[in-house]
Amino acid sequence: MRALVLLFVLLVVPAAAGAQEGRASGPVIPKGKGTQCVAETDYMRRFHMIELTHQRDETVHRGIRTERYSLKECVECHASVGTDGTPISINAPGQFCASCHDYAAVTIDCFQCHASKPDGSDQAGLARSLAVAAGMETVR
Amino acid sequence: MSEFDWKRRHFMSAAAAAAGVVLAPGVTLYGIAAKAREADVPVTSETRWGLLIDVNRCSDGCDACVSACNEENGIEGHGRPATDAQWIRKVQLRDPRTGIEKHFPVMCQHCAEPPCVDVCPTGASFKRADGIVLVDKHICIGCRYCMMACPYKARSFIHENVSEQRPYAPRGKGTVESCTMCVHRVDAGAVPACVEACGERGNGAMLFGDLNDPDSEISQRIATYATRRIRADLGVDPGVWYQNL
Ligand code: HEC
Ligand code: HEC
Ligand code: HEC
Repeated sequence: MRALVLLFVLLVVPAAAGAQEGRASGPVIPKGKGTQCVAETDYMRRFHMIELTHQRDETVHRGIRTERYSLKECVECHASVGTDGTPISINAPGQFCASCHDYAAVTIDCFQCHASKPDGSDQAGLARSLAVAAGMETVR
Repeated sequence: MSEFDWKRRHFMSAAAAAAGVVLAPGVTLYGIAAKAREADVPVTSETRWGLLIDVNRCSDGCDACVSACNEENGIEGHGRPATDAQWIRKVQLRDPRTGIEKHFPVMCQHCAEPPCVDVCPTGASFKRADGIVLVDKHICIGCRYCMMACPYKARSFIHENVSEQRPYAPRGKGTVESCTMCVHRVDAGAVPACVEACGERGNGAMLFGDLNDPDSEISQRIATYATRRIRADLGVDPGVWYQNL
């Protein structure tokens, strides 16, 4: 019995102390643009990976291009800009995605392919193309 | 969750409005279905996107389509032609007896019966309902069977790390890729970058449209003029048609 109590003390007390310490030195997460995320903050913290993988399949296979859980949009809101005005990779150390993931020992490969910085020219270029497409004569 | 008031931003509707404004009476869209799909509506097989290339209009030395493709999709070479990615290339043919030469672009032919899809062990190589043949790079393991199977040599393997990608065109080492018919543009109601560039800077040799719609410009042209597809004998039913080849 005494051995059990000792075991309990050995195991639980340091763990509790660790948790306390962990909360105090949790990840420092840069704040996103605007006032709120695309869903409740608690929900995003816990389930963003599920929404992202779902959106991924919907977009690639079914051509669904809603913005809410689009990875491109996460980058638009959550990537920071350096003091010199140049955008910083959202996955660089200390930046939005990496801040949490480094803390939680999560590794993602998304930004090997996906742009990790917003690109302002993106929508402007497409709008121009739409105008060109519409204004072009059919018969040539 | 459902109560959450998410402030929607309307990129797509803004784009649709832009298209509407310039649609003056008497001006028809350049090979595009008038019905723009909403962002949350999935693609269907009612549409089959295709291309028609008028070989007589395509000239030697013009690479408007190729450079537009590279620019649009962020494809940069490393000066190693054997392994550099190439989604669209200019091909030159010469009849040895007459000496007559033809120049035309060749890209993924977006087959209705794509061999690349048949051989893919993971399901990464697939055909979208609207006929666009794609690689789901999230599932691609880089085995390159599809590259072997493609009769048109249309696919590339990414051998090196990529940086500075376009946000709408992710690409990265270890996966296979090919012409996506600029799926991100098509989904927004625009024509592929090569077609646009050919009309603006080239010779207007390329037409994009819905092969399933008998009234579309592309279907009308195919019904009126003699056209053919490359290696039609293979029975893969390509979605890219050539005129005057
Ligand atoms: C090997 C390259 C590659 C990797 C790695 C990759 N993606 Fe993608 N992803 C793509 C391509 C290509 C598309 C299709 C883009 C299009 O059609 O607009 C895409 C599209 C998406 C989309 C829909 C478009 C958007 O921006 O919302 C989502 C969501 C997505 N990926 C999520 C992810 C996530 C999450 C990861 C990491 C777990 C990831 N991807 C890793 C290549 C990649
Ligand atoms: C419209 C801008 C916007 C977009 C788009 C957006 N976010 Fe957010 N996000 C925010 C803001 C603002 C907060 C902070 C909310 C708060 O403080 O409660 C936030 C908070 C979060 C948090 C919690 C961070 C913390 O401090 O604990 C996560 C995780 C998150 N977002 C992930 C995502 C992902 C993943 C996407 C893409 C699917 C995304 N966000 C898209 C603005 C955005
Ligand atoms: C609030 C902290 C936090 C932020 C901010 C955050 N993540 Fe995460 N993410 C996590 C945690 C924790 C996990 C692991 C969850 C688990 O394993 O159950 C995770 C897991 C993931 C996964 C699944 C990884 C896997 O291998 O299964 C993806 C994909 C992902 N995050 C994408 C992102 C992206 C993209 C961003 C930036 C836009 C981001 N996350 C920002 C905390 C965060």
